[in-house]
Amino acid sequence: MASTTATQAILIRSARSDNPWVSFLVRRGGQFLLSVWVLVTAAFLMIHLVPGDPVRAALGMNAPVELVESRRIALGLDQPLLAQYLHYVGGLFTGDMGTSMITGQPVSEIIATRLPATLQLALLAVLLVLLVSIPLGVTMAVATRGGRRRGLELGFATGSVILAAIPEFLLAVGLVSVFAVSLGWFPVAGNTAPFSLVLPVVALAVGPIAVFSRIIRVEVLSVLGQDFIRTARAKRLAPRRIYTRHALPNAMTATLTLTGLLLTGMVAGTVLVENVFAWPGLGTMIVQSILTKDYSVVQGIVLVYGVAVLVVNLAIDVILALLDPRSTIREA
Amino acid sequence: MSARTAWSGIVRSPLGITALCLMTLVTLAAIFAPVIWGAQAELVNPAAISQGPSAAHLLGTDALGRDVLARVLVATRLSVVLAVIAVIIGVVAGTLLGTAPSVLPRWLGRPIVGFVNIAVAFPGLLLALFFAVIFGVGSTGAVLAIGFAMAPQFARLTQTLSAAIAGRDFIDAARVAGVSRFRILIRHILPNVGEPLIVNATVAAGSALLAFAGLSFLGLGVQVPEYDWGRLLGEGLNRIYLNPAAALGPAVAVVIAGLAFNLLGETAAAALGGRSGRRRHRLPAIALPGAAQPVSADDDAPVLLVDDLRVSFPTPSGWVTPVRGVSFTVSRGEAIGVVGESGSGKSLTALAAARLIERPGHVAAARLDFCGTPLLTTSDRAVRSLLGTSLAMVFQDPMTSFNPTRRIGSQLAEAASEHQDVTRKQAMDRAIERLQSVRVPAAARRARQYPHEFSGGMRQRAMIAMGLMNHPRLIIADEPTTALDVTVQRQVLQLLAGVRRDTDAAILLISHDIAVVAQTCDRVLVMYAGRIVEDLPAATLHTGARHPYTRALLEVVPELDADRSEPLKMIPGRPPAPSAFPAGCAYAARCPLATELCRETDPELVADTEGHRVACWHPVSGEAAVPVTIATSAEIVTAAEIATAAEIVTAAEIATAAEAAPTMDEEETVRR
Repeated sequence: MASTTATQAILIRSARSDNPWVSFLVRRGGQFLLSVWVLVTAAFLMIHLVPGDPVRAALGMNAPVELVESRRIALGLDQPLLAQYLHYVGGLFTGDMGTSMITGQPVSEIIATRLPATLQLALLAVLLVLLVSIPLGVTMAVATRGGRRRGLELGFATGSVILAAIPEFLLAVGLVSVFAVSLGWFPVAGNTAPFSLVLPVVALAVGPIAVFSRIIRVEVLSVLGQDFIRTARAKRLAPRRIYTRHALPNAMTATLTLTGLLLTGMVAGTVLVENVFAWPGLGTMIVQSILTKDYSVVQGIVLVYGVAVLVVNLAIDVILALLDPRSTIREA
Repeated sequence: MSARTAWSGIVRSPLGITALCLMTLVTLAAIFAPVIWGAQAELVNPAAISQGPSAAHLLGTDALGRDVLARVLVATRLSVVLAVIAVIIGVVAGTLLGTAPSVLPRWLGRPIVGFVNIAVAFPGLLLALFFAVIFGVGSTGAVLAIGFAMAPQFARLTQTLSAAIAGRDFIDAARVAGVSRFRILIRHILPNVGEPLIVNATVAAGSALLAFAGLSFLGLGVQVPEYDWGRLLGEGLNRIYLNPAAALGPAVAVVIAGLAFNLLGETAAAALGGRSGRRRHRLPAIALPGAAQPVSADDDAPVLLVDDLRVSFPTPSGWVTPVRGVSFTVSRGEAIGVVGESGSGKSLTALAAARLIERPGHVAAARLDFCGTPLLTTSDRAVRSLLGTSLAMVFQDPMTSFNPTRRIGSQLAEAASEHQDVTRKQAMDRAIERLQSVRVPAAARRARQYPHEFSGGMRQRAMIAMGLMNHPRLIIADEPTTALDVTVQRQVLQLLAGVRRDTDAAILLISHDIAVVAQTCDRVLVMYAGRIVEDLPAATLHTGARHPYTRALLEVVPELDADRSEPLKMIPGRPPAPSAFPAGCAYAARCPLATELCRETDPELVADTEGHRVACWHPVSGEAAVPVTIATSAEIVTAAEIATAAEIVTAAEIATAAEAAPTMDEEETVRR
């Protein structure tokens, strides 16, 4: 009798400790797969939603009928819709993303040559944003808490609002005209020297730095108002220790969520900034392909961007759940 | 009605006026620029191709010799009109998607919600590029693309807003009355979500403008011979070596117009959110801390000496002083209880004594000495080590008073390692040992756990253990048992008594429960409306209390053997708010013995020969009973609510009035 109760207790306890994780992963993973499915289907349908014959549009009005027909067959566009869909989805599992309507080159090959340049820009920009905005936000929170230094607070708020209002591609144009054209410190376009990275990365990072440091300031201020900060002060810890060991870890949830948004926001940012700097990445490729109506390349790049967004969101959610000792996220 | 307040809110703030001016400028340019400069903008001049800025052409000329400034001004109309159309498409499509689930049957509504949730995760530009492919390259395609790319955002917003409205009582009432779902949506929900929706649409118009500039710049938007700012920007960038102004001009125009929409939306949102006016009041200058010299404890001095302590906080309507002239002394090893209703200033007195009142709060005192060291005139750095080792705090709510992201053990250990020359290992060993001494079972394992894994009573014992990490001469316990259930309360009080016995530390116990204080302490300070009204030995509390308020507090304590069917007793009325302390005795309004003298002049706290202090014109003596009201249980609830409300006003609202208001405003702004 006693042993049964003990076993039951153990069972209940193990169920309670396992359950949140299992259900969290099942729920979150399911959401991810569903999103990927919607994305793949939307990308597939894109070609079929284009008014008229996409192959004719891509090859131009003057292309011979035979060429259009053979390209149609090569792309499988003569098959029934469902068969095409199954073939497309099946191909994705083997890394086959179709071929360019214009050059006939495999889309996966085009993406493989272009992706590293875009990743380089995006990751460096994110790194720069985090390295600057976290210390800046915390410093501003500490310096302006409790209504201290109103002037500094006002200046910071105004400055960050203005910087955040300038979209990255306009900032990029400004940077080019000042630092590349007038001063000649950096190359105007292309990826020719290590210096080439400087202007695009700065253009991508300035706006997010302004937004981020503001949010981190507000986040840290709200953490500084919590009871446990009073406890830390009652222990007479050095102020630096209070900020770094007690306040900052509690602002981590917000920071990580923001990092996710920042990474996904880089999709839009890089498309425009790459085009300002003629950067040989995915962003210039997708715009060029839209203009030349090379729909299968567009389809492939949309898929890459979309999956990148979904993977980042999933990763952030899992990290947040791992870091949260109270497991509120897993249970929510 | 609220629309009018929103507008007046915009006009009143400097940011709002800026936004309105910019907006007027953009609108005027959109209306009149094509009429005035239309011809000039189209004028081809082969003699002046790609020139830099000059007096004739302030921003220079383009590849066909046309004036760039005129073209930028004329392009205002197309740029703004396209952005506005895109937003209208976005709002309409989004509102339809967002409200459909509340009208449609469940099986149809749920997939829509799911779809919106998926779509909203993708960046707008990616959606816009996707739609641009489907709708084709050009103005129409770009308008539709940007409009539909915005739809998921607005759908999510409408869903959130209508979910909030749908939960309200009047919607339930309409539903019960048999009003159809569609009619509820049209008549009740949409009018209520309209305003925030319009504010968000204004901000979105700014984003649409930027997005459109982006698409046109990429060559996916407006096509030749038409031109908007994005198109001009793209053309300018191609010839940036010849004339940088041709690229910067349209860029500046986009930023100004985008800012106009954004600021207008933000200020309208802030006005809708009920931003309160921020006014500043000045207090007399604070005495500057002296040189940073480390101070040491003076063994002969009293542990805590408080003379004429005042604590003030700024509120929008001026400074209030919830603690006004409190004086007392705590000797070595003494246990002093401070009792009073919520809002009497007892917790603020404790925080001020521990030097834990932060700006904008202001502490003043004739003397505030801890172990012989003046706390108000010595710098933070100089007293840090003294307070860190000799003063321990136990707070009311052990749940929120531990850092949720750190293990209990390390939170204890750092109290020692911060002030003493010990290794991390030694500090951790001491933490475990202290946890054992407060009877936390399996202390070594428990030290590695997080606060949420502890029960309330155990957390409070851990908090006491944290205070014992060094060698406290004074433990200030601010309502240490209020958040705990009754059986645990007793354990915690016994633990505090045991600590005092073992370490000879003095204890300042703050409580609203006079019974708790009477059991634990040597002396009792009774506080009312920011002052001490009576100071007497705990032993004589039941027989020797002289202040009518103390008598009333004792009278309303329910006896263990009291008849449960009898209604509880309570003190009639409620304490005055710190912003409205009367001129005379603050208790006069509730006191059955009050006279004209009481209402006019505040009695001083006077000591008799035995050190018993009382502030009353008509002190009670002997067995005379002070009448209290017999309340029904329903009234008790109200009384409790009133007390809680009073406390919220004093502690939370006042303390955060200056800081919270701007912070919350900003948080709202940033979220968008």
